[in-house]
Amino acid sequence: MEATGGRGATGSLPHRMGTRRPFPAHILVFIAPAVAIYTVFMVFPLFDSLRLSLYAPQGGGSVFAGLGNYVRLLTDPLYAPRFWGAVRHNLVFFAVHMLVQNPIGLILAVALSSRGLRGRAVYRTLLFMPTVLSFVIVGFIWQLILSPLWGVGEGMMRLAGLGGYFRPWLGMEGPALVTLSLISVWQFVGVPMLLFHAALLAIPDEFIEAARVDGASGWMTFWRIVFPLILPTVGVVAILTYVGNFNAFDLIYTVQGALAGPNFSTDILGTLFYRTFFGFQLQLGNPTMGATISGAMFALIMAGVLLYVFVWQRRVQVYEL
Amino acid sequence: MRKVLPLALVLVFALVGCQQRQASQPAQQVTLTIESWRNDDLTVWQDTILPAFMKKYPNIKVVFAPTAPTEYNAALNAKLEGGTGGDLITCRPFDASLALFNKGYLAPLNDLAGMEHFGDVARSGWITDDGQTVFCVPMASVIHGFIYNGDVFKQLGLSEPKTEAEFLAALDKIKQSGSVAPLAIGTADQWEAATMGFQNIGPNYWKGEEGRQALIRGEQKFTDPQYVSVWQQLAKWRPYLPSGFQAQKYPDSQNLFTLGKAAIYPAGSWEIALFRRQAQFEMGAFTPPLPAGATDCYISDHVDIAIGMNAKTTHPQEARTFLEWVTGAEFAELYSNGLPGFFTLSNHKITLQDPLAQTFINWRDKCKTTIRNSYQLLSRGEPNLENELWRVSAEVMKGALPPAQAARQVQTGLDKWYKPKQ
Repeated sequence: MEATGGRGATGSLPHRMGTRRPFPAHILVFIAPAVAIYTVFMVFPLFDSLRLSLYAPQGGGSVFAGLGNYVRLLTDPLYAPRFWGAVRHNLVFFAVHMLVQNPIGLILAVALSSRGLRGRAVYRTLLFMPTVLSFVIVGFIWQLILSPLWGVGEGMMRLAGLGGYFRPWLGMEGPALVTLSLISVWQFVGVPMLLFHAALLAIPDEFIEAARVDGASGWMTFWRIVFPLILPTVGVVAILTYVGNFNAFDLIYTVQGALAGPNFSTDILGTLFYRTFFGFQLQLGNPTMGATISGAMFALIMAGVLLYVFVWQRRVQVYEL
Repeated sequence: MRKVLPLALVLVFALVGCQQRQASQPAQQVTLTIESWRNDDLTVWQDTILPAFMKKYPNIKVVFAPTAPTEYNAALNAKLEGGTGGDLITCRPFDASLALFNKGYLAPLNDLAGMEHFGDVARSGWITDDGQTVFCVPMASVIHGFIYNGDVFKQLGLSEPKTEAEFLAALDKIKQSGSVAPLAIGTADQWEAATMGFQNIGPNYWKGEEGRQALIRGEQKFTDPQYVSVWQQLAKWRPYLPSGFQAQKYPDSQNLFTLGKAAIYPAGSWEIALFRRQAQFEMGAFTPPLPAGATDCYISDHVDIAIGMNAKTTHPQEARTFLEWVTGAEFAELYSNGLPGFFTLSNHKITLQDPLAQTFINWRDKCKTTIRNSYQLLSRGEPNLENELWRVSAEVMKGALPPAQAARQVQTGLDKWYKPKQ
């Protein structure tokens, strides 16, 4: 959750200060522990990993290779197809979340914040529950549900008259990735729901009442009044989804293993990194190429975040409520 | 407080008593520690194997100290680097142990008495690339074959198939009866297709060691007919797999078989102990069926585990004594019976109490043995041969990749980095 709230950059800060006060030194004392911990556990490893990606093993030690590893990652007939395949799969993973998870999250949030709903807290808790479950449990539950041998999935589809459409999706090259994406959507739909819910609660009732008095339909009220007001949250949700999806690893690893089968069809950057860095079965680990892949992941995520900060946040209009 | 005091006194006396008892033991007793990843085998070592050794050599005390399998390699490396490794070290086969030997952590064992009980295949997992120096005493191997449900075979009047034609006919008959799935294997985890499929039936085609060595020397290629036909045969299994086999994982296959819902399980002998506990029916086993025209049978008798000596141990004499005992018949018998499905690699004649395990080990007399062809030398580069075999074998079994193309992909990958030494 690195992304900060969407309002900070555009919110107006009081520039006029009466008198110049001395720099409050005690602030340093309060910030120091966080800065120290963050530096030791986040900043230093990140830069050390980037440094490692500039080296290549030679003999017993390693030599400086410049950007050679990155060139190899992008052009080598061994690495390039795996890398671009993983990037493509990550984009599909992201697209499914954007098209399914976030709209559903928004719909649920609107439903939750509708007036006259009873048992709101119960629904909210239930819908958010999967998010706090471990990946291992989620992966295991869904593998069992979708298992062609013992799963309840086929039986339930038969009850609905759709038994003929059941397939062993997790084992099929085409549908496996989308299936996994939807499992992840099921798990994380609670996060956008809560963010949207909070944004919706912040909209004063007067706005909606005024719109109704003016004769706007519910549909129109939503698109003309509510949606523009929660637009900053839409941006936050999008960037959180992007960062989360490009860092994804656990679910694919628990369900399909490090080889991300069938035939690498669910291989995303996380699993590719894992196999390369730590090795797999008889394949020995390659720390420098692994660091290179994590460097590429860092660049991709950075590009997305920068796009968000400099394009979206500057354009989007924030209304003071 | 008043109640605590007597208790504390008792404790103190007890501790002193313990120390005195320890002190009264023979002063020259030496303790050896075994590093291992087999924490599953802890009870067998503690209750059966080590007491037998210590009875014979009362001056040596041996402690079996396993770590978790996934942590073993890293933990062992760290211990050896820090100089705190145990005196005896359980050896993984091939490159992992070879690296330890090259770093000087494992002692050479060429002159160890009893090493003559181990043949070339047995030594192959723990030998230098030039074939000159052995550095671990081979302990056990696992054998591939097919385990079947005896009740289903009896019901349908089937006998153990000897040829591939008979094998497919049997599968046909089981399929037509419709009560159980003919073959319990899936492709979701990929490795079963390669290990229990390709490496199981393959040696009959490439003539075991002959083909394996030829691959290493570069005289044979995966695109040769003896390799392509293995994949062709695997592709023929597809109609007999359970429905939804694409998403069937390894534990699914095991459960299918032990629940009596599948007739034949392409197996490794390591399954025996688990199947014994879970299956409620008679089990039998047969060797990989012979391809048309073949007369000699070959089986995969894959080297799995060995034990070596820390080069920096403070008790080299005692450690060697233990290793010499490991080469003997007594250890072979205790180990193979304690862990059914893991078979001694020595040439001692032993009898096993588990009839299924005995069936597997009997094959050594009638068939020639070999190891999995991707393990020695050929999986050192990228793309990794073993991983490639997993992938293409699963794809071939699913019908997503034609056998000839699978062979071409594997060979192209290997050619990228492997230069055969002539």
